[in-house]
Amino acid sequence: MRTKNTILFSLISSIFLIFLISIWKILATLQGLSIKSFNIEIIFIFGFLISLAYLGIGDRIKSFYKSIIFSSIFVFCDGYLIQKLPIWYNVGIFLILYFFTNKISKYSFISLKEEHSTQVILFDFLTLFGILFFSFVILFPFYMMLITSFKTQIALLVNPLDFSINFGQDIKDLFKSYFVIFKSYKFGKYIVTSTIVSVGTVIITLLFAIPAAYAVARLNFFGKTFLSTSILIIYMFPAIVLVIPLYTIFSQLGLRNSIEGLLIVYTATTLPVAIYMLQGYFKSIPKELEEAAILDKLSWFGIITKIIIPLSIPAISSVALYVFMIAWNEFLFSLMFLDNPNSFTLSRAIQYLSGDAETPRQYLMAGSVVVTLPVLFIFVYFEKYLVSGLTAGSVKG
Amino acid sequence: MKDTLANTEKKTAYILTLPAVLLVFAIILFPIFANVWISFKEVELKDIRIPEPRAKKIVKTISDEPSKIKIIYKLRNSSLIQEIRDVSFKDSFPKNFEIENLDKRCEYKKFSLKCEFGNWPAKYKENLQVIFTTNDGSKIDKKRLKSTKPKLDGKSDNILLNTNFTLKNFKKVLFENEFVDLLLTTFYYTFFGTVGSIVFGILTAQMVNQKFYGRTFMRSVLLFPYVAPVVALAYTWELLLDPNSGTLNSLLLNYQIIETPINLLGQKYIEISFLGFDFKLRLALTTVIMFEIWRYFPLAFLFILARLQAIPKELYEAADVDGASPFQKFFNITLPQITAVISILFMIRFIWNFNKFEDVFLLTGGASGTRTLPINVYQQGFAISDIGMGSAVSIVIVVLLLMFMFFYFKLLGKRVDEN
Repeated sequence: MRTKNTILFSLISSIFLIFLISIWKILATLQGLSIKSFNIEIIFIFGFLISLAYLGIGDRIKSFYKSIIFSSIFVFCDGYLIQKLPIWYNVGIFLILYFFTNKISKYSFISLKEEHSTQVILFDFLTLFGILFFSFVILFPFYMMLITSFKTQIALLVNPLDFSINFGQDIKDLFKSYFVIFKSYKFGKYIVTSTIVSVGTVIITLLFAIPAAYAVARLNFFGKTFLSTSILIIYMFPAIVLVIPLYTIFSQLGLRNSIEGLLIVYTATTLPVAIYMLQGYFKSIPKELEEAAILDKLSWFGIITKIIIPLSIPAISSVALYVFMIAWNEFLFSLMFLDNPNSFTLSRAIQYLSGDAETPRQYLMAGSVVVTLPVLFIFVYFEKYLVSGLTAGSVKG
Repeated sequence: MKDTLANTEKKTAYILTLPAVLLVFAIILFPIFANVWISFKEVELKDIRIPEPRAKKIVKTISDEPSKIKIIYKLRNSSLIQEIRDVSFKDSFPKNFEIENLDKRCEYKKFSLKCEFGNWPAKYKENLQVIFTTNDGSKIDKKRLKSTKPKLDGKSDNILLNTNFTLKNFKKVLFENEFVDLLLTTFYYTFFGTVGSIVFGILTAQMVNQKFYGRTFMRSVLLFPYVAPVVALAYTWELLLDPNSGTLNSLLLNYQIIETPINLLGQKYIEISFLGFDFKLRLALTTVIMFEIWRYFPLAFLFILARLQAIPKELYEAADVDGASPFQKFFNITLPQITAVISILFMIRFIWNFNKFEDVFLLTGGASGTRTLPINVYQQGFAISDIGMGSAVSIVIVVLLLMFMFFYFKLLGKRVDEN
């Protein structure tokens, strides 16, 4: 049992080490270093030996010195194998090894003897592996998006793996793609259009949704249950099904290529979510406040503006942020309804830009960064509100 | 007294909900009915433009006669298929103008030219020529003449409003449209996309539910693909996967893992031999499904994480006392607790993936075996310009969805009864 667990432990930890170093090597390759091989076999043997040695030495040496010694040995061997690499690469390897040895130092022969220790090890390493894997898989495209927007077409054709940015160059050269998309491709105008459409959608949606949500949450009327269930069903309904009739109707009414048309459609599609999220919150407000207000002869309008809205500012702002994000990200309707470059939103403009095969990709990526940044900024900044709202109503997507 | 109070309450409720209900009805419910109507009609993109009588005004000076001017109106019916009835025409002129040759359909009164052209058939074209002289011999301002535009009016039928119906669209959708292939592609895309995103959602939720440094940061990062605009993400992926100079292919070539670049988004099939069996994998479809999973597993993650955090700690403590292994804990405590969330997620994601248009459209445009039903709606309606066909495909989508929902709820209802 002890041997089996020891071997399994060393096996898992060395696979984990291979994974860590491979990610680092990929990132280093993308900085233009020429690394032709992962040297998986050698790293595996090293990882295996280090894990065994750790178990063998146990607590006889202080774990800090232990980590430093093993990391240095590994760095020297690795540096000898792949020569001519800059010092920052080796520093990275050293830090990875330090992290790795710290992780494995909490296991010993004693802990391996415990019940289910194999599964515990597997779980621990899988969690670590998962955190790193998912961070890499998710952040990598965003990282590439950002970094490509700072490169030039020629540099990328010469070496498609060199994504290093020369920060020494002139600011104007560094941000050249951004200057170009704002100057030649009128992205400033598209930002304004997108902002008007998104903010407009938020305002109109709230104007319509707050009274309706209040009625659904508080008042008794015929058809109330029907209304609240149909809100959910409509929320599930596919946008693609609406496209053709709306296109025909909008063409005949002359609403295509207009901000008004987009506002109407966006408001209608976000209303069900907004009502659903708001009425849930309104129900949690104590009724006594309104009863007192009725005794004071406040009208329904007064109740909504003087009691309900001030009390539900957090919910309303979370709905507002949501609707903003949905409207900002929306693509299908803007593709269908806008074909005049003067009325494009950002998403549509980027799609239009990509339609031209001649467009250099760094412009496309600069545009993508411009459309992504505000949303990510809002999301990170207001995350707490948004996450609770997401699970309550969830964004359509 | 109480009765009237209830009445006012009712009235207020209707007033408060009416604007929202009307808007949603006009933009969401009405189009669904309109879809049914259009799907039984033979309508093309060009038919939905209402035919207009148009006139282009050309002003020409006549040499040697500065006080005379020739105006040519190029009249035409904008529609290639429909006639316009009772076309009327009106244009106004400066006060010193006198007309020389008057068309018999027109009259010149109070310095404005009015004509009644009667009916214009489809594709109708005519050049109407008028010559004016100034009665005081003064010079003619060409620019001012050009700036006044003639007004035309006419009546026409709206092809969408007549009552000619046909079953042709549905016949075409079901029998001439590679319908089985379309359905299978949509099913693969929807099913594997849904299952994949839920599996990854469970894994990540289980991961984030443990304590580690940077957990809140990790939670925001995991949601990035879900909140970022699809356009930006799709083009970034396209760039990463590009066969010529994409990062992924360059990396794989650099490490000598592959010898020739793989066109992940443009190749329909790839031959894979596994355990001695050769089989074809639908490559582009698989890539698109990967993107789908990557973009939507955060939703599953968030829902499942919320559920996981609500599981009472005592359950796990009791299991620890009983000496349960981590896997036993996962399969016997965690999984049963999250099945309800998973079944809801499965339905939501299945429906939304079934209707997903943007992702496939931006990545492949429906080429190389990634043509799903929503893509087909777009292709029929806007690429082939057959609005009726597009509508028929969307009706098929709605019918399939309703069937899915019906069976799903029936199944779910049964399970609830058993418990």
